[in-house]
Amino acid sequence: MTSQTTTASRQQTSAMDKATPVLMGLIPTLVVVGLIWIPALFTVILSFTSWDGVGALSGIEFIGGRNYVEATTVYPTFWPAIGHNVLWLVGLFVVFTPLGMFLAVLLDKEIRGSRFYQTSFYLPVVLSAALIGFIWQLMYSRDQGLLNMLFGTQIDWYGDPNINIWAAIVATGWRHTGYVMLLYLAGLKGIDPALREAAQMDGANQFKTYVRIIFPVMRPINIIVMTITFIEGLRAFDLPWVINRGRNGLELISTLVTSNVAGEASRIGFGSALATLMLILSSIFIIFQLRVVMKGEDR
Amino acid sequence: MSTTTPDFAELGKLKKRPLTPGRVVLQVFLLGMALIWLFPMLWALFNSFRDYGFTLEHGYISFGGFTFDNYLNAWERGGFTTSFLNSAFITILAVGLTLLLSSSAAFVLARFSFKFNFAMLAIFVSANLLPPQALLVPIYRIFRAIPLPYWMSDSGSLLNSQLGVVIINMAFQTGFCTFVLSNYMKTLPKAIYESASLDGASVWYQFWGITLPLCRPPLAALATLQVAWIYNEFFWATVLLQSGDKFPVTSSLNNLKGTFFTDYNLLSAGSIIAALPVLIVFFVLQKQFVAGLTLGSVKD
Repeated sequence: MTSQTTTASRQQTSAMDKATPVLMGLIPTLVVVGLIWIPALFTVILSFTSWDGVGALSGIEFIGGRNYVEATTVYPTFWPAIGHNVLWLVGLFVVFTPLGMFLAVLLDKEIRGSRFYQTSFYLPVVLSAALIGFIWQLMYSRDQGLLNMLFGTQIDWYGDPNINIWAAIVATGWRHTGYVMLLYLAGLKGIDPALREAAQMDGANQFKTYVRIIFPVMRPINIIVMTITFIEGLRAFDLPWVINRGRNGLELISTLVTSNVAGEASRIGFGSALATLMLILSSIFIIFQLRVVMKGEDR
Repeated sequence: MSTTTPDFAELGKLKKRPLTPGRVVLQVFLLGMALIWLFPMLWALFNSFRDYGFTLEHGYISFGGFTFDNYLNAWERGGFTTSFLNSAFITILAVGLTLLLSSSAAFVLARFSFKFNFAMLAIFVSANLLPPQALLVPIYRIFRAIPLPYWMSDSGSLLNSQLGVVIINMAFQTGFCTFVLSNYMKTLPKAIYESASLDGASVWYQFWGITLPLCRPPLAALATLQVAWIYNEFFWATVLLQSGDKFPVTSSLNNLKGTFFTDYNLLSAGSIIAALPVLIVFFVLQKQFVAGLTLGSVKD
């Protein structure tokens, strides 16, 4: 900036002008640090204690890594919950994320009715997971559900501990597919059409063009879609909680944390150890995500 | 930043392409998938208009018995008047505060170069991705320890108060919105600010009077998206609120489950009612919603 005019009024306001951006940056930072990062840190600290949530903070007893040992060796639902989270993740990752990507690639072809198709696929994205649980209950219910009526079966899709995790994954995949489709389609629209034309002039067919040209160019979006899949898989909570509070076949890490710290048992230290595991796992994917979305930020 | 969102208007105007066999297969496949995807919603909609007695007698795979009574019943028994007001209060306040906080943080990040710019942005962006369950205990204790006058919260603290839900939603969403807005603000021409400084405009005026009006497109997109997100938010509203008269629509649905347990037509009607606000957002502000969803991920 090449300003030589320094008027008196500007000198007066300059002190305020220095304070304004500091305040404007400080208040939001305090909110985010104070309500997200400091609580996260406390969760980590609490995970090394045997606190039951009652009584003053000064009465907290540190017990080292006992909560972690207990969780992984004694706690009966820990490994099933991990297994369910893995299933959830694999289900999204193997079926619904690729399906969303595939639909996006098809819809990128300038076809008639594209708007109708897009709208249909991403309609579930605006619904809450709780609502999705209800809507699918109409499919899954043992006595009045559509699936059993069509197939003449008597399966309790939400209740049978051997299959309810699959039923929940399908319901959540219904929403996830549209989300992935949207993100991916937006990425595809951003690709320079000249790239595609050049590939087709070289005689590559559509499949080859996609695999060799489009997919590599879409790398940032690919990574974002993958990390979103992982983070969603890890944070899954609402749907199992609505169905049966995450019990009887629907245990996930998130529901274990919640029922340990908010339920009757109130095992704060133990629940915090599970929560810390969640934090560690999610930070791996958060770092991936950050590396992509913050690429090119001036530092 | 030029946001590349699917432009529906333009797609609709496309010239007709010759129908090759490949295109027919494509259309049939997409139509089939679209119908499968729409089906659960349509099924709920269809049965929400049917009399329970009729479906009990003829089974669900039948036609007839249409009535509007389920909606009247569901509205009354579900306490939707209260829960809609609660949802409106939480959503409007939280979205407003989130946008205010995030636009001011974004302005600072975009306009000024501090040493910690990068770190600050990282702290903001990743906060949005943490699992909320992992923060439950500390947030619960903090909120319980913060006293509020009784005219603000009848529980006397932030716990079991809608303000608490507003605040935690705000904290969670501020990171994402800051990121999107600061990306947008960085694309605004620097010359505007240079001439504004020459004219003696204060930093506050540069933010409130110049930057925010220019940020209408991302603000509109984010507002739409956040309304849907916060309206749909389930976890915090469930764990932080204890009395049923404070629940927003999404968490009060869980109470309905017991009430509606056997009558699935009533349950359908309740679900459709609960979905109405976001469906309206979906159909009326579709462009904004899609833009908001894709803003964070696509940038060039």
